[in-house]
Amino acid sequence: MPEVKILEEVCKGCGLCCDNVCPENILILIPDRINSNGYHPAMVTDMKKCTGCGYCFKVCPEPAIEIYK
Amino acid sequence: MKMIFGRPAGLTETLQRYCPGCGHGIVHRIIGELLVKLDIRERTIGIAPVGCSVFADEYFNCDMIQPPHGRGPAIATGLKRTRPECIVFSYQGDGDLAAMGTAEIIHAAARSENITVIFINNAIFGMTGGQMAPTTLPGMKSTTSVKGRDIGKQGYPIKVCEMLASLDGPYYLERCAVDTPRNVIRTEKALKTAFAHQISNKGFSMVEILSMCPTGWGQTPVQAKKWLGEVMAEYYPLGVFRDLSKEGK
Repeated sequence: MPEVKILEEVCKGCGLCCDNVCPENILILIPDRINSNGYHPAMVTDMKKCTGCGYCFKVCPEPAIEIYK
Repeated sequence: MKMIFGRPAGLTETLQRYCPGCGHGIVHRIIGELLVKLDIRERTIGIAPVGCSVFADEYFNCDMIQPPHGRGPAIATGLKRTRPECIVFSYQGDGDLAAMGTAEIIHAAARSENITVIFINNAIFGMTGGQMAPTTLPGMKSTTSVKGRDIGKQGYPIKVCEMLASLDGPYYLERCAVDTPRNVIRTEKALKTAFAHQISNKGFSMVEILSMCPTGWGQTPVQAKKWLGEVMAEYYPLGVFRDLSKEGK
């Protein structure tokens, strides 16, 4: 079972990973959480659906996403 | 559990000072991965440009030099000729390469210097505030072309890959983009090929990468990504413009 870890302090909340990139569509920007740089970090809504394809990591500019398997 | 995707050892832990949604970070990550994958990190010298990525020396975990504006290929030529065992790459933006550094890139390509040039094309001068660059599309708005680029006054954009493909010198030229996972994977392959050609002493290789500049374009990151795919990639077609390895050279 793959596990996605999003580094909230590194994420700049650009939303590139949330826009039709994830085949399972399980990434969102958290509307009510703000990191110390003032950005809304991304979050995985349902980790069980994740297949570990790495598409979110490929488009992440920081990279603020780590995937473990 | 083993990490299968994450920050590569070719990048430092420094947080990158790019705007949200900027394409520079994706290309940095690809280069950082390649430095480790090809096992060249210890003998690589990178050339940082003038532009948003002027602090690239803080982000790449290899030796870096920061030359004057546009002079990356000239410095890379000197480095490669004096230290042929080193892998030299020049990382340049479109203001750096297509405006101030036009002479350097053309002559480095014509001499077929054994270097790799990574050309980030975001159709705008990003760092200075979104002014019109030689690569700005016709009709595209910028802070110095507020009604859109007028072909009659400001002329046509420079298509660098097509221009260099008219020379006999370059060994490998390709244009990629970083808007979708598919295009990012293509960019990874193109950069790997470009570095591999330099390692086997084939000659000049350049990869042009169409990249998003949401702040300079006045769009959200997601809008910028769509605009790149729909408008910019139409004007700058993606593909391989020169690959002499396929001709057996």
